[in-house]
Amino acid sequence: MRFRLNEQDVELKVSPMARLLDVLREDCGLTGTKEGCGEGECGACTVLVDGEAVCSCLIPVAQVEGTEVTTIEGLGAEHPLQRAFMDEVGAQCGICTPGMILTATTLGRRPSLAKIRQGLAGNLCRCTGYEAIYRAIHAAS
Amino acid sequence: MTNAVGRSVSRKDGIGKATGQARYADDLTFPGMLHGRTIRTTVACGQVAGVRLDFDPAGFTVVDHRDIPGRNVVALIADDQPCLVEREIRHAAEPVLLLAHESREALLGATVGLDEQPGTPIFDPEQSPTAFKTILIEKGDVTAGFSAADHIVEGTYRTGHQEHVYIEPQGVIAVPEDGGITVYGSIQCPFYAHRALAVVLGDTVSSVRVVQTETGGGFGGKEEYPSGIAAHAALLALKACRPVKLVYDRVEDMLATTKRHPSIVRHRTGLTRDGRLVAMDIEVILDGGAYTTLSPVVLSRGSIHAGGPYRCDNVRIAARAMFTNTPPNGAFRGFGAPQTQFAVEVHLERIAESLGLDPVRLRERNLLRAGDTTATGQKLGDDCAALEVLRTAVRRSSYRRKRKAYAGTGRGIGLAMYWHGSGFTGSGELKLASRATVEITPTGARVLTSSTEIGQGTRTMHAQIVADTLGVPYEQIEVATPDTSIVPDSGPTVASRTCMVVGRILQRAAEEVRRKLGDLTPIEYYQRHGPLSVTSQYEQPDWIEWDEVNYRGDAYAAYAWGCDVAEVELDPDTWEVRPLRVTVVNEIGRVIHPALARGQVEGGTAQGLGYALLERVAMQGGVMANAQLTNYIIPTTMDTPKLDVVMLEHPYAGGPFGAKGLGELPIDGPAPAVINAIRHLGLDVRAIPAIPETIREAACASG
Repeated sequence: MRFRLNEQDVELKVSPMARLLDVLREDCGLTGTKEGCGEGECGACTVLVDGEAVCSCLIPVAQVEGTEVTTIEGLGAEHPLQRAFMDEVGAQCGICTPGMILTATTLGRRPSLAKIRQGLAGNLCRCTGYEAIYRAIHAAS
Repeated sequence: MTNAVGRSVSRKDGIGKATGQARYADDLTFPGMLHGRTIRTTVACGQVAGVRLDFDPAGFTVVDHRDIPGRNVVALIADDQPCLVEREIRHAAEPVLLLAHESREALLGATVGLDEQPGTPIFDPEQSPTAFKTILIEKGDVTAGFSAADHIVEGTYRTGHQEHVYIEPQGVIAVPEDGGITVYGSIQCPFYAHRALAVVLGDTVSSVRVVQTETGGGFGGKEEYPSGIAAHAALLALKACRPVKLVYDRVEDMLATTKRHPSIVRHRTGLTRDGRLVAMDIEVILDGGAYTTLSPVVLSRGSIHAGGPYRCDNVRIAARAMFTNTPPNGAFRGFGAPQTQFAVEVHLERIAESLGLDPVRLRERNLLRAGDTTATGQKLGDDCAALEVLRTAVRRSSYRRKRKAYAGTGRGIGLAMYWHGSGFTGSGELKLASRATVEITPTGARVLTSSTEIGQGTRTMHAQIVADTLGVPYEQIEVATPDTSIVPDSGPTVASRTCMVVGRILQRAAEEVRRKLGDLTPIEYYQRHGPLSVTSQYEQPDWIEWDEVNYRGDAYAAYAWGCDVAEVELDPDTWEVRPLRVTVVNEIGRVIHPALARGQVEGGTAQGLGYALLERVAMQGGVMANAQLTNYIIPTTMDTPKLDVVMLEHPYAGGPFGAKGLGELPIDGPAPAVINAIRHLGLDVRAIPAIPETIREAACASG
């Protein structure tokens, strides 16, 4: 199994039907991708595949062969959204935050509130009521 | 810079939560670690007649009740809940057998035959013969009050279960270490788990240590329940002599763990012609589920708040928490108060309607003011902000204008008042005798408490309080991880007590440190004299008097106050009610960290909106039939309306810098405000969640 992971080539010997989520967390040691529900409802496991936000709990790793996968670790620690999420308290417990930030990276420049709400509709947060997340995304854009 | 309090300083969590570096329970691994799994009952009551392992046990560790060296209970209040079922089944999803294996696939592939002989379950709390707890609160003479009344209004109100849906499911890892056991986990109350482990393990281990890992939400769901999971993981780990990770998936988490108590509340209220409350007779019934857990204290808070923030000379509140054959209900943000305040606020709206009074005027006439007494006879101090909160919310939301403008349209607007006592009830804090430590370090000072950071900002808020008390920069304050081997027992992280109660203990410890420092800064003191540490213990304000037997006296040291105004829209095709905007006015004493406080208010309000409109636990035969996020619906971005938050500050002299409790308050208001807005649409709804089926039924009933 070969793909690009956070701008590096990786080659793994794993079952092609393994969930991308498990491969990332267990075989690649990237635990920033979280499991909240295991059925694609909560979005905590969101990663980018060729720039598109997807739930890694729903994808067999075979499906990312030859693609570019980005996890929260791939953003480093300097992405404006990361600082904004902490400053604006868009992250409380933090478990939805990696997925939320990765989805937010796909919203384009200066997204409208309507676009943010639409874009984040697949990422559940139980702590914030979302308002602080909107503030963080506005602050970062 | 020494004024951290009142400013939205950077969170002590640092950047870890935004970079994926923060480590939650499931992110940790230990050498030789096994995975654990719990085998559970499937029937709601009966007997376990036999257990058959239908797999090759090689490589497996298997634990049942016979492996428990101490007492087979999850120690809490009544000690009636077994750690592992021996024979009697009281609810579905009750743990019977534990398995551990190196490979998760092998573990999930193992089948166990459970021979269950079903009995006859009880699901209706009103038909249940067994009460976990009864409470009677009496003030004045209710009979006399009713005879003096011009009007009497009655009603019954119901609320359903609510699932916490912390986004990180329950999880712990037990690690055998030096003859003892250490449990790392997603835990709100490390010392609860510590005590439960000691009871289950008895004297077979030399030491028990519990360490909180980064925790992905709690809301009460990780208050008492993790004690049992910690015990399960520890039993497996001690038998296998290897670390064992026990993490629930979402389905197991929803099937097995505690939920908010469903309630039935009956009101009979006497009023004068001009709308003064002269008698309130209230019956509260909570569905406790199959074991006691925290039901007695949930009932306590629920009944004390049942009359709402109103003055009335003649009150009788009779409350009971009943046994049923469903998974035990437990702590959930608000702790009984959202249920009873839903009832009283919807009831008040019906009173206004039947008397032809303006809902705001009715509340204004009866709201508690400084000097008034509550149902338990507590005289309120000058920080009582009920009236100001109501008037601010009415003005801010343009309630009166919209009330007229929306009439006859598909939109409605409604409001609800609420209050929430901070800290443990009555003499609870005195019994807890919580302790907290401040010590100086080479770089400043360190805070040591067992208060957990579960998203709400404990670390940050405690550091602010200590920084300003010591007069040092916020950046010089570190906060220790809640690890029972190093921190004192500051009590549980519950009951809106972490800021007001534990924060105050820390403030006193820091004051003592400052006296000892003299003119030196902590860093200078450390360089010259070495370490210095002060541990302070809770001191009850001298004016508090509480009679536990008769439920008379000062139930809480302080109350926070709230008013929500909800605006909703009805979809005439789907019968969905969508919230359009909620105005929230909360008075919480001094605001220590505005952004964190706002986060509590916004998050609690969203959770309350879910409770009101979306979150239905479909119990079938004592089993949650919709135990997954596909059909147990919590608010998404598309379901959460604009939240307009105003925070008012009436400092409470006994809190750190004047702070009161905040965490639970915001969940008390949204449900009644939304239902009162639905009433404005002409729909008589008296139960939540008000899902489309409920709305349609109400619409059909009203013709």
